[in-house]
Amino acid sequence: MALKEHKTPLLDELEKGEWPSFVTEIKNCASKNEMSNDLLGLLEKSYRERIGFWKHGGIVGVMGYGGGVIGRYTQLPEEYPNIEHFHTMRVNQPSGWLYTSDALRKLCDIWEKHGSGLTNMHGSTGDIVFLGCTTDDLEPTFADLTEAGFDLGGSGSDVRTPSCCIGPARCEWACYDTLAVTYDFTMHYQDELHRPAFPYKWKFKMSGCPNDCVASVARADISIIGTWQDDIRIDQDSVGEYSDNGLDILRDVIMNCPGKCMEWDGKTLEIDNKTCRHCMHCINAMPKALRPGTDTGAVVLIGSKAPIVEGAIISSVLVPFWKPEPPYDDLKDLMDEIIDLWCEEGKARERIGEFIQRVGMGNFLDAIGLEPEPAMVAYPRDNPYVFYEDAEEE
Amino acid sequence: MPSVDEIADGMYKMVQDAQGQKKLKPTGLQKAMMEMYGVDKKTCKLAIRALVDNGRLVYSYFGGSFLELPPDGDK
Repeated sequence: MALKEHKTPLLDELEKGEWPSFVTEIKNCASKNEMSNDLLGLLEKSYRERIGFWKHGGIVGVMGYGGGVIGRYTQLPEEYPNIEHFHTMRVNQPSGWLYTSDALRKLCDIWEKHGSGLTNMHGSTGDIVFLGCTTDDLEPTFADLTEAGFDLGGSGSDVRTPSCCIGPARCEWACYDTLAVTYDFTMHYQDELHRPAFPYKWKFKMSGCPNDCVASVARADISIIGTWQDDIRIDQDSVGEYSDNGLDILRDVIMNCPGKCMEWDGKTLEIDNKTCRHCMHCINAMPKALRPGTDTGAVVLIGSKAPIVEGAIISSVLVPFWKPEPPYDDLKDLMDEIIDLWCEEGKARERIGEFIQRVGMGNFLDAIGLEPEPAMVAYPRDNPYVFYEDAEEE
Repeated sequence: MPSVDEIADGMYKMVQDAQGQKKLKPTGLQKAMMEMYGVDKKTCKLAIRALVDNGRLVYSYFGGSFLELPPDGDK
């Protein structure tokens, strides 16, 4: 049967220009999939009338799991019957998003068989996102995914799929093995990932260095960001080469250093490592000349969130330096303390960052049994933790 | 000490009684069982898992995750 043709003058505008267009991709799927075809029609109507015609949530999922499926329904099922159900499935991505071509083909085959064929590689959560599934197709899709070695990710009030940068697989700046920590945490928190039991969502994100390529500091409840304790390694010959090749070291490196910890006399670069803020700017500017130190590990931060409308919070330092060593029990024990407290005292839909703001960082640290120390900061060179015991005040 | 099945029955009854009036979160059920029977979190987790695995309760999402009776209400 021929597919109903939807006129899309407004969407067509989004195909113009030099960038890839999601409209083109939907059209490709629409030529052979009636869900994608109706999606195209609904989207055009949404652009025309400036209304999103979707409902979200409800009781929908696969047997035994409370996460991984986000229910979506169109408000106009008579007009667009093929997207009456258009659920999203989150599929747990491999750490660092490393795939074989065979794995990608399998994923696409599964999704063309059961769903709209449209994917989002990857969603802002980091998951592989399958867009558009009917309720009846959820279990068969899940069965095929597990057969191919994949599992659903997190959604709702649970541990969201842990996510990391590509780390030591391809990046020379990685200060710890983000892939290993992410895989380990994903396996350790399977129950919490699939069975929502928290006041609200909980995100782990692992970045290998302070460049923080997964933006964990801005959006993860627990951000694990690689760093080093010793001195930045300098190859003075390479610094000289950068200068000879036209890099204005004074203007583009020294003047942009937030710690003002560098000096350049035209021949030698010196760094006062005690005042270095580990921002990575100089290393990014001269990657052949500068490298992080060799005593590497990670900073563990807590409490960020990045909602769409308002209320963003940036993480605060929780553990100034953590040496990641399998099985990472020291950090997992600390996470258990925090999660227990949050589950006990947190309000519904209150992220851990909001909880800490409500009870105060001092009280929070006291409750989880973590000694405050000066290196726990919200911002570099900022010390927000001043404690007065009652006895001292008297 | 009550068994996992007994805790599961207690949770199921709470959800059944609240159906149509209030949505219950897993943490709420867990706290209630811990107070009522003095059981630990692990037992409560196992009870919830049993309830969901055998289809007596299902997860739902309405701005947060809740446990409810399945749509047909007879499982």
